[in-house]
Amino acid sequence: MNKNLPKWVDLGLIPLLTLALAFAASGLVVLSIGQNPVEVVQVMLKGALCNPTTDSSCFSGIGHTLYFTTNFIFTGLAVAVAFHARLFNIGGEGQAGVAGVGVALVMLSFDWPNWPIALVVGSLAAMVFGAGWAAIPAYLQAKRGSHIVITTIMFNLIAGALIGYLLVGPMQATGSLPESPTFPEAAALPTFHDMFGWIGLDFDKNAPANITFIMALIAAFLVWVLVWKTRLGYEMRAFGHSEKAAVYAGISPMKITMVAMLISGALSGLMAVNTVQGEAERLVLGAVEGAGFIGIAVALMGRSHPVGVVLAAFLFGILTQGGAELQFALGIPSQMITVIQALIIMFTGSLENLVRIPMEKIFIRAGKGVA
Amino acid sequence: MSGNTENAGRLDAVAPAIELIGISKAFGPVQANKDISMTVAKGAIHGIVGENGAGKSTLMSILYGFYKADSGSVKINGVPTTINDSHDAIAAGIGMVHQHFMLVDNFTVLENVVLGAEEGATLGPSLRKARKVLRQLAEEYELEVDPDALIEDISVGFQQRVEILKALYRQAEILILDEPTGVLTPDEADHLFRILRNLKAQGKTIVLITHKLREIMDVTDTVSVMRRGQMTKTIATATTSPEELAEAMVGRRVLLEVDKKPAEVGETVMQVKNLSVTDMHGVKRLKDVSFELKRGEILGIAGVAGNGQSELLEVIAGIGAATSGEILMHGESIDISKHANAGLRRERGISHVPEDRHQRGLVMPFMTWENTAFGYHNAPEYSGKWGLANQKFMKEDARGKMERFDIRPPIPQLVASHFSGGNQQKIVLAREIERNPDVLLIGQPTRGVDIGAIEFIHQQIVNLRDSGKAILLVSVELDEIQALSDRILVMFDGVIQGERLPENTNEGELGLLMAGVDPEAKP
Repeated sequence: MNKNLPKWVDLGLIPLLTLALAFAASGLVVLSIGQNPVEVVQVMLKGALCNPTTDSSCFSGIGHTLYFTTNFIFTGLAVAVAFHARLFNIGGEGQAGVAGVGVALVMLSFDWPNWPIALVVGSLAAMVFGAGWAAIPAYLQAKRGSHIVITTIMFNLIAGALIGYLLVGPMQATGSLPESPTFPEAAALPTFHDMFGWIGLDFDKNAPANITFIMALIAAFLVWVLVWKTRLGYEMRAFGHSEKAAVYAGISPMKITMVAMLISGALSGLMAVNTVQGEAERLVLGAVEGAGFIGIAVALMGRSHPVGVVLAAFLFGILTQGGAELQFALGIPSQMITVIQALIIMFTGSLENLVRIPMEKIFIRAGKGVA
Repeated sequence: MSGNTENAGRLDAVAPAIELIGISKAFGPVQANKDISMTVAKGAIHGIVGENGAGKSTLMSILYGFYKADSGSVKINGVPTTINDSHDAIAAGIGMVHQHFMLVDNFTVLENVVLGAEEGATLGPSLRKARKVLRQLAEEYELEVDPDALIEDISVGFQQRVEILKALYRQAEILILDEPTGVLTPDEADHLFRILRNLKAQGKTIVLITHKLREIMDVTDTVSVMRRGQMTKTIATATTSPEELAEAMVGRRVLLEVDKKPAEVGETVMQVKNLSVTDMHGVKRLKDVSFELKRGEILGIAGVAGNGQSELLEVIAGIGAATSGEILMHGESIDISKHANAGLRRERGISHVPEDRHQRGLVMPFMTWENTAFGYHNAPEYSGKWGLANQKFMKEDARGKMERFDIRPPIPQLVASHFSGGNQQKIVLAREIERNPDVLLIGQPTRGVDIGAIEFIHQQIVNLRDSGKAILLVSVELDEIQALSDRILVMFDGVIQGERLPENTNEGELGLLMAGVDPEAKP
């Protein structure tokens, strides 16, 4: 919390201004490839937010955006939780990937009576496998001091190789594609179309967004409780600020490192419920699609606060879905959207002082600073 | 608010070495220096005293070119001088010895002296020249240092000499020393003062920033007192007293002595037996240390920083591990292995005010109500159901502690880093003392704490003693040890060099013990 700025400037105005700067810079890039930035924004926003049930010119829209948002909330929360204990978990990609294997294993092992049971067991499997994949780097960090950034990156690569092997080997369905058999139909999760149907409303039948979006919001709330209301969260934050202080207070660095990373891995893992069980209904190669890495940007932009993470995840959901639309409607290559994402990460993450320092000067001069 | 003293009148013929005129400097809303004017005569030793945050360091940083003043001007030897960076300062003949030395540990003394003043493409000629100059300086000023020793291999006292040599090598005529004796034994400090007097005899001008009034009285010719960014007084040292200076620093009368009645010592609470600590590099930090701690006494451990006191505190507090030995609490052995946990120590009735409150004692971005439960946060009264914290009680509790320990401003929602050093220390003390421990470990209770708060903190420690608790006090401030302790142990190089009663010893004897000399072991 900044001592010189009112809260609304610190948490509201500055992120918005940095975002505006990022978009302005992106606009220049768009101009440089001969496209009209205004049109690009229109196409993106419409493509990401439109609703096919009311708009015949809309093909996918909000139902897809919320699907991506779900992924980013989970991976963003994962990075945020670890970050409160000053652990930089770069391994969301691998943890979510291995969690997908866990989900596929349990889904294919039983004849599921209904989706609620499948959801609970699938989520547990995702959390256990995700946490398990985070446990080894966590242990190496806690016990041996191996840097968690290096080990989690290596574990992403190992996870990729492992999943590749499983999908052309033991878990491969009959056929030549590297993918698992399709899960039993009863395990399919309710989509937004189904859920809106329960209350008599209509929603895009093809949208992949499903009940895990609700789970993601609940997870965000629980993370808030964990970090700011529980004694464990208190210990994590204390450890995150100063390991020496933590040891002084009788907080075990080993325990906090393990617990924070296990929770982080479990949150990353839950993403697989959305992609593997909710959408694909089988395990395919590349199910995570980089969401593990986007989670880092989401946590950074959301200042590791659950509300910030949810908002940032929605923004990145819009970018992902809107970006796909750009390619479709204007033929702009998908790399372009990666550039825009990179600019946003750069401005919100590392160039924030560009806005912050002038703002502080303005507010000190205006004498509105609160001490 | 001119700093003209009767001295300056006499030296009219010679322009003053330093003249600061109307210096002001603000950091955001904080006015660190407010319209400060000061004159230092050539060839004088001028002291600047003031509490933490009074603006002494800011003023000197402006003089040395680290900060730029918002207004005001500087004259050096009567010539108006603009100092934008340390290069300008050096060119104007100003040298500075910082509180935290600016030396490269794995360079030799010679390399450090030359660093930044190398001439030519290769080092050889510069080093040869420096070696010659160093030899001359050593003879002139008692500044002997082995030019080929690595900085990491020499003591802090010698490191400080290297800093002084660096300045002299750059032909400084004005030398600023910021809290130079904080890390020195009394003996080393005396040597430093001899050096300063030699420098003065050669016509150098010296500015000494310190919070130790005794040093001001010993060595300076004139002294300026700063308070809240203003210079409240400039006076010839010979015409003032420590009491008068303290009052000018704090703005009210201050009790420099600790008011305490004789100790009523009870039974032994803690026994430390043959404790040894070897660190990760294989260096023995603590060697066979044994002592007993009794109810109702303050046992003071004196010594220069880095002689094993910190390790001793850490082992007893459950933070560090001992290699061998034993600690008994009420006759029962406590865990001193690397599996020891500071939380369990608290349950045993051992509280700890750590030496380093910024890194250990407080979590700086935590709000006060989070800090006042720190370490005890799993105690039943701070705990809610399902692993939640009882935040309502934590806040109430903090409010009470802030009131009883006069912590200002009394706002539980304020984060620790917003408080002054004294108030931060009171937050830690309130937390540890109010647990009503059987044993209180205190390291450097008043480091970085202003005089007004020191009085309060000392009184709290004495009160706890009078309620029959045992207190182990570690401090590098010999005055503090002498004023508070009922019994004094002196540590040197990990060994207890001697035990004295404060009424039967003096600073000279303790100083010798701190330097590893046993005055009673004369042949």
